[in-house]
Amino acid sequence: MSKKDIIRKAFIRTLPVMAAYVVLGMGFGILMSDRGYGPVWTAACSIFIFAGSMQYVTVDLLATAASPLQAALMTVMVNARHLFYGVSMIGRYRGMKKSKPYLIFGLTDETYSLLCDGREDPPDRQQTELYCLLVTAFDHFYWVFGSVTGAVLGSVLNFNTTGIDFSMTALFVTIFVEQWMTSREHRSALTGLGASILCLLVFGSSRFLIPAMILITILLSVPFLAKRRDPEEENRTGTKEEMR
Amino acid sequence: MNTLHSIVLILVVAGVTMLLRFLPFAAFSGRRRVPEYILYLGSVLPYAIMGMLIVYCLRSVQFTALSRWLPSAICVAVVAALHVWKRNTILSIVCGTVLYMILIQTVFV
Repeated sequence: MSKKDIIRKAFIRTLPVMAAYVVLGMGFGILMSDRGYGPVWTAACSIFIFAGSMQYVTVDLLATAASPLQAALMTVMVNARHLFYGVSMIGRYRGMKKSKPYLIFGLTDETYSLLCDGREDPPDRQQTELYCLLVTAFDHFYWVFGSVTGAVLGSVLNFNTTGIDFSMTALFVTIFVEQWMTSREHRSALTGLGASILCLLVFGSSRFLIPAMILITILLSVPFLAKRRDPEEENRTGTKEEMR
Repeated sequence: MNTLHSIVLILVVAGVTMLLRFLPFAAFSGRRRVPEYILYLGSVLPYAIMGMLIVYCLRSVQFTALSRWLPSAICVAVVAALHVWKRNTILSIVCGTVLYMILIQTVFV
């Protein structure tokens, strides 16, 4: 495969992401300018954070002048899934050289979904590295381009933006529905909703988030720990270990 | 808007995000196995957190007057229904947001 073929392949593969990132990025840029943060702020966020849902949350953290600790905790909760992506990409990215740090930095949900199975990989390893690098870089570019365009539009166009912050709610509702429809098990989704509503009622809207995160982590850990205690389960994994 | 505070917040969010992305590669790239508990949390947290984020977005909804909750309720229902029907993220978000803006700017002023 020639370099040109790899570039073309990566570009075509990322076209669906282009559509999504440009539109969602624009939404982010408009929200930022709506809160008084211009194109430079927006560009900085999209270049250095490069995490869609979390950037929408960041708009809110900025607007409410959240504390750094609150921002850090929020980031851990919203982006914890990246640990999972990383773990499953260790093997795929093993042996990659110069571009490895950037590949890891740019491992968003969408990039992960394009690269995780390796089905589209070019035949040799060096070409694979280039292909992964291009997919990651194209996605990054779409995201920065979309969000800066949104920020510029938001500061130039003079329309009544009241209510545009609903795009964030809408984004999370679509992800929630999508996850609900593609998963057979709804216990964790319901735990998240239930625990958050409970904490909102108990602690009030300005301080419910951290208790909600703690409660969710505890509630989700219970079934895991309960299963571990099961001695039979323990035995079975024990023998498996020995057999290896 | 406090410039320094904003810069610190963006750096914190960017730093923690990077940490989460690099951690698996730094900690488990050798022979060491990933703790089951971490794998488990990574697999169940996304579902719960999306629920939490929806509640977070709707945290200031109040039931004191119709105009304080009905637009959000209608639009969340529309977004969810549209998404079940068409499975198109952009379509669901754009329609829901435009409807919400129309509702609160003209109907429920």
